[in-house]
Amino acid sequence: MNNASKSLLIKGGHLIDPAAKINAPMDLLLREGRVAEVAAPNKIRGTSEEKFNARGLIVAPGFIDLHVHLREPGQSYKESFSSGTSAAAAGGFTSVCTMPNTVPVVDTADLVSWQRSPERGAVVNVFPIAAATQASQGQTLTDFSGLQRAGAVAVTDDGKPILHDEIMRAALQLGAELNLPIVQHAEDTRVTENCSMHFGPSSFRLGLRGMPSSAESAIVERDVTLTQQIRDARLHVAHLSTAEALKAVRRGKRARARVSCEVTPHHFSLIDENIGEYDTRFKMNPPLRSAVDREAILVALADGTVDAIATDHAPHAAHEKEVEFERAAFGITGLETALGLAISQLHREHKIPLARIIELFSSGPARVFDLKNRGSLASGSFADVTIFDPKKRWTFDAAKSHSLSRNTPFNGWQFTGKVIATIVGGKIVYLAD
Amino acid sequence: MCPALAASHPAAYHAPFALYAMNTPARGSLLGIEHLDKKQILGLLQLARRMHPQKARPLLRGKRIVLLFYEASTRTRTSFEFAAKSLGATTTLVLSSGSSIEKGESLIDTGNTLRAVGADCIVMRHPSAGAPHLMAKHLDIPIVNAGDGMHEHPSQALLDALTILRHKKSFKGLQATIIGDIFHSRVARSACYLLTRMGVRMTLCGPPELVPEVAATLTPGIRITRHIEEGLRGADVVMLLRVQSERLAGMKIHLQDYIARYQMTAARLRLAGRDAIVMHPGPIIRGLELTAEVADCSQSVIVDEVRNGVPTRMAILARALGRA
Repeated sequence: MNNASKSLLIKGGHLIDPAAKINAPMDLLLREGRVAEVAAPNKIRGTSEEKFNARGLIVAPGFIDLHVHLREPGQSYKESFSSGTSAAAAGGFTSVCTMPNTVPVVDTADLVSWQRSPERGAVVNVFPIAAATQASQGQTLTDFSGLQRAGAVAVTDDGKPILHDEIMRAALQLGAELNLPIVQHAEDTRVTENCSMHFGPSSFRLGLRGMPSSAESAIVERDVTLTQQIRDARLHVAHLSTAEALKAVRRGKRARARVSCEVTPHHFSLIDENIGEYDTRFKMNPPLRSAVDREAILVALADGTVDAIATDHAPHAAHEKEVEFERAAFGITGLETALGLAISQLHREHKIPLARIIELFSSGPARVFDLKNRGSLASGSFADVTIFDPKKRWTFDAAKSHSLSRNTPFNGWQFTGKVIATIVGGKIVYLAD
Repeated sequence: MCPALAASHPAAYHAPFALYAMNTPARGSLLGIEHLDKKQILGLLQLARRMHPQKARPLLRGKRIVLLFYEASTRTRTSFEFAAKSLGATTTLVLSSGSSIEKGESLIDTGNTLRAVGADCIVMRHPSAGAPHLMAKHLDIPIVNAGDGMHEHPSQALLDALTILRHKKSFKGLQATIIGDIFHSRVARSACYLLTRMGVRMTLCGPPELVPEVAATLTPGIRITRHIEEGLRGADVVMLLRVQSERLAGMKIHLQDYIARYQMTAARLRLAGRDAIVMHPGPIIRGLELTAEVADCSQSVIVDEVRNGVPTRMAILARALGRA
């Protein structure tokens, strides 16, 4: 396949575009970086230089990951824009939103521009999320307007919460004026100090200090209340992990507040007991929660409460993980296993329709950060397409990951559902062997 | 999906350790009591009963045992050292201060270094729960846990069991009560596993901050009470834990309140069985968790526990190195 081709016809596939309410066999013509035409099989009128045979495959709007850590600037031994976006492409993601907790923290327009520069070598679209407070210290708001002009799609202090009520209120207020979402890592760090997992029978058994569910839900409840009080304020709850926090999000949504949330594949697939005997591959923040929390998340994914699946792809070097559990870095990689987990767990085990899963990967996240002309394959949209085989069985081998890091609990797992091709702006950036 | 995780019901989520372990611990390792069965526990106790520090056969002659201590210890360290030497082994003590550990060497690198130097067994104490498990995953020599964070202290549980056996003949029908800071206590966790496995009925007693409800999920056969009088009624074994006043402060518990509600006094001890024994893993703080009168009374077996530490650890080391 010639990547330089200006037009590409995707033929014979089954197209699912939740935003356009299409779920049918359709052909798709991409031209000059845009969707030129969507039509019933063999009804495309335009001509193309290249063809892609998608027989037996699902053709979907390019997946968008609202939550990845690409580690640049400052920690390129863990990941780079080049390696991280290669992993994204292999996972079917055509766009990734990057977290600002790099070294230094992305709290200036210059750093946002630096991350968006073609010199970074990204192979998928990168939408930086900038810091909400200077150096993410939670004290002084950054220049939201300048950051937004430089290309930031949201602000957050991810890795840390915005703890002080007044700072959070000010952030939501300023965000409301600029129509900029505030992304919150909801964790009351005043009660989670020295904690390395979820509080419950497992943490007690292991003798590890546990983070109670309330450390997350208390912050989400406060934030939802603040968002309701401020006209036009936009709150996005990152990596939501507890049943209680979901209740708060539902409350906000019922009250028509602009509240959205994402959940990770690991939180809908695993629980705290899976840590076993101090396996640091299962250590992340928020931590794996109880079976009850996981069940609540599965319900919320099905019923529409959750807006997006986001990976919280958090690469770390082996020497940061192969240490005592309490000392090990929080986080796991996730870009390449997200679709496999979603289809295996959500679709096959829990009977969530493919169209809903695709919504959670495309139109859902596009709406959360207003990514215009993305998340849909309507004519005129950006030519970002994810093509996958929903029935293909495969085994994930972390050693062959495109990421620079290998910190995943899913090595050796067998999945159903595999990405076959990832197309960004009309160019094929990933093609399965 | 991973086979053990495939089912949708949460009950299926008990993933076995072996599924994730990079390597299983070397034969002879003692990482905790949790995964020992009744037969293994009784085997160790029988072996400990036969061990006599003053007239032991040199079962471990030529063996090199490293005592790797990342945390302060008096009784555990010295009794492991005496135990090893009684059996003819060579020991060396490595402390986190004054070694490469201080310079930032990782736990696994330290382990590999000790292995390369010629260690046949590592006895380790570490402030972080699970540290011995990490070591055992990466080394092919037996690792003996001498206390890891708030997790387990298996040799203490075994020496306590030996002490109970020497005073009570058998575990049958016994009722044991542990009073105090269960939450932070590795001694309590190991004791709960061991004694419930032997059929002892366990009661944990203390304020919710120190004895959270979740403690009852540790193993079947545990009940919780907030009232010391209720906890003591009918008890054959009363185990007290040290009050760590710095921790109480962090939890906003007043020391005077604690003393009023939970201090073991002679009057309270009379609520327990007539021949109940009083145990304490030490160090004891007279006037806090117990009165001096209780510490020195005829029912107190606190000194016996220390004495039983050496034969118990002889048994653990003999088993670790395949000489039992």
